[in-house]
Amino acid sequence: MSYLDKAALKVVGTRPIRPDGVDKVIGRASFGADYTMPGMLWAKVKRSPHAHARILKIDTSKAEKLKGVLAVVTAADFPNIANEEAFVGEGPMNFRDLSRNCMARDKALYDGHAVAAVAATTAAIAEEACELIDVQYEVLPHVIDVEEAMAPDAPVLHDDMFTAGVEPKPTKASNVAKKITFTKGDIAKGFAEAEVVIERKYSTKPVHQAYIEPHACVVAVAPDGQTTIWSSSQGQFMVRAYCAKLLGVDMADIRAVPAEIGGGFGGKTLVYLEPVAMALSKKTGRPVKLVMSREEVFRGTGPAAGGTIEVKIGAKRSGRITAAELVLKYQAGAFAGSPVGPGCMCAFAMYDLDHVHITGYDVVSNRPKVAAYRAPGAPNSSFGVESCLDELARELGIDPLALREMNAARDGTKTPYGPTLTNVGYLQTIEAAKNHPNFKIPLGPNQGRGIASGFWFNIGGESSASVHVNEDGTVAVVEGNPDIGGSRASMAMMAAEVLGIPYEKVRPVVGDTASIGFTFLTGGSRVTFATGMAVTQAAEKVVEQLKSRAAAIWDISPEAVEWKDGKAFPAGANAGSFEPLSLADIAVKSGRTGGPITAEVSINAQGAGPGFATHICDVEVDRETGFVKILRYTAVQDVGRAIHPSYVEGQIQGGVTQGVGWALNEEYIYDKDGRLENAGFLDYRIPVASDMPMIDAVMVEVPNPRHPFGARGVGEVPIVPPMAAVANAIADAIGARMRDLPMSPPKVRAVLDELDPPRMAAE
Amino acid sequence: MSKHHVTTTINGEPMEYLCEAQQTMLDVLRDELGLTGSKEGCSSGDCGACTIICDGNIVCSCLMLGVEAEGREITTIEGIARGDELHPVQQKFLEHAALQCGFCTPGLIVAAKALLDTTLNPTEEEARYWLAGNLCRCTGYDKILRAVMDAASVLRAEAGR
Repeated sequence: MSYLDKAALKVVGTRPIRPDGVDKVIGRASFGADYTMPGMLWAKVKRSPHAHARILKIDTSKAEKLKGVLAVVTAADFPNIANEEAFVGEGPMNFRDLSRNCMARDKALYDGHAVAAVAATTAAIAEEACELIDVQYEVLPHVIDVEEAMAPDAPVLHDDMFTAGVEPKPTKASNVAKKITFTKGDIAKGFAEAEVVIERKYSTKPVHQAYIEPHACVVAVAPDGQTTIWSSSQGQFMVRAYCAKLLGVDMADIRAVPAEIGGGFGGKTLVYLEPVAMALSKKTGRPVKLVMSREEVFRGTGPAAGGTIEVKIGAKRSGRITAAELVLKYQAGAFAGSPVGPGCMCAFAMYDLDHVHITGYDVVSNRPKVAAYRAPGAPNSSFGVESCLDELARELGIDPLALREMNAARDGTKTPYGPTLTNVGYLQTIEAAKNHPNFKIPLGPNQGRGIASGFWFNIGGESSASVHVNEDGTVAVVEGNPDIGGSRASMAMMAAEVLGIPYEKVRPVVGDTASIGFTFLTGGSRVTFATGMAVTQAAEKVVEQLKSRAAAIWDISPEAVEWKDGKAFPAGANAGSFEPLSLADIAVKSGRTGGPITAEVSINAQGAGPGFATHICDVEVDRETGFVKILRYTAVQDVGRAIHPSYVEGQIQGGVTQGVGWALNEEYIYDKDGRLENAGFLDYRIPVASDMPMIDAVMVEVPNPRHPFGARGVGEVPIVPPMAAVANAIADAIGARMRDLPMSPPKVRAVLDELDPPRMAAE
Repeated sequence: MSKHHVTTTINGEPMEYLCEAQQTMLDVLRDELGLTGSKEGCSSGDCGACTIICDGNIVCSCLMLGVEAEGREITTIEGIARGDELHPVQQKFLEHAALQCGFCTPGLIVAAKALLDTTLNPTEEEARYWLAGNLCRCTGYDKILRAVMDAASVLRAEAGR
């Protein structure tokens, strides 16, 4: 059955109150740090103060003697994990690297790298004990910047890292983990055809996901090894897989229970604390609680990659692009695995180009290992490409939307990374932007308007869901994805739509690893698409059962039963004449017609439709202070089909705001010793309420035919365009281009001073 | 070191507890009294997730000591609802989908309630500045502001103005 006909839908597309909402507005929802257990210990992690240092010796004896301390662990308490690729989280990871990221072995690779941990009767004692652990370091030269890390004489982090993807295989260890290339057509031919060539270099700074909830967990290991982990993460199955591997136990011995998650944005797609708390719990036989401080979150957990973006675009004077070349150098942090791959894939995917050449470098340096952050990799490369296109539009005197329209990818366009696009809504977003009243509002002095587009491929993947009919005709839905932004509402809505019952009769929960089939983590904008598909299919199976039960009650063939509006009807006059049976009528009799009515579906969902967005940003630049005020922000996005439009808008508005923070303020600042100087929300400034205007989220719906309701992922695309949209607006306002993020007031002032040098007061 | 005995009022109920001198009000609420609705996002007064009302003023409970509650009136997120009925700010947060992960929500609701205790006619700009001490990373604040402004109109109607 198809639910693509929007007019026929009763629940999908409406805006009901989320099922977990009341708990969250009265303070009852239980997040990672809200669990306690009888006999629970408190743990703390001791972290390296050095950016790069050999660990010579760790003396834990004084800490162990402190009253109230029950255990201290170091790398010696963990198995030495072999080099093995992991396909557990979002983006590339290696079990050995993850193990060493959770607890440094031999070397500390960044300021904030965990070197030991303590479990004690109180958090204060654990903290005091950390001070008593004596770690002897041999401080090594360090490197922070991506291009400095690529230099031939740079301090090398890993002496067994040889750049992959280059021929012949290098013999000298390097900080460049990998080189990748994507080629389409003949780049030299493309540039030979060009009448205009724009070549520019841009850069972005690493920024933190800055979820407001610090990482937190409680782990209880029983003497027989049976382990329960309560933690805040983007995937309970991810937590189980990593902890089993890192501690060398069977997955069956771990039950990972998802807490409510206080934001993640990709930053909770891997583990930091759970394996450490598990080792401490194992050693003490007591439940252990481990919660990060905000400073630890900044120093010890993944920011998004920063790096450089070199763009060269050739075009005809008409605006038609003939060649596009890109070189990306992305920071991976202390271990290999930056999102340079998706950065390469997304950079030109919005455009129908014949000749493309893209090179990406994955570069390690003495920073925390990067973690996924909303469309990982794409915002960086798009900042470069979308800024460069704006420079091209200005050079050619073409409207930036018209330039994009002329070159836009459409159905049948082959992307530089391989797939051919179908059912894409990019042109529709451009059209909607062009027709939006905000695009026509006149601008005043020092004001500017910027346009940028964005692409994210979205993913599907493995998902499980079950639908259980309760005896009174209400319904329970169990899904395997932590709900990070209201997805339980969407799941309940899709189930209610299929079953034909009111949304309020369906209660969704997120199951633990023992209560629902394997489900890949919450990430890649996959949940509403893939898990929504599983919920829909499970609900459809329940409908089949309901029809069979009605047929049994009426003593007719199941094929002669029709399900409509939550009731079974005889399919026609030939089927017989019976009063319709509601879901509740059938449920109450289920014990006599074959037992409980329930279905679980596990799928590997394919066909996640890509997402496209086009943003319009209006700014005003204060020439005195360099402060950039966002006047208006209009974000148009192809959302496929909005299941719960309010939460789709919310994803768009939140992504835009994070992008504005990345554009204007956010950055990691290191001192000369490689220590992070702004590990707190005062100095690492994310947007606050007074920084932002209302955000016009405009939903374009080009249904994705691979999803029963036409949904496509919506969460990640909205962070892709904002950096270029803001930069392009600033360029429009002041007539000068800013190519290095963040465009913070001192940097804007410097550009303004260059344009119009401040006059010295007369002597 | 002996603990301090504190007598106070929390959410309208008399409350006594023992706490260490260095324990913050947030620690006391969460770890001693089991009131985990107030969240710890930074412990430096920058994120507002632990916002409470103390004698009518909003306070980051991570910047207040547990012993400072002596003789005061404290309201936490657990005390905002009107019995079994949600406060208009809570109701409007739900109706406007003004939360995604919900972690900053308790602090924002307490701060917004305090704003509307002060004025029933805030401008959007006033509300934005009042709430500037409460970080939200999910929503971009749009729906939060709509919820607060809508709650103000409900409260105005209740007050007959």
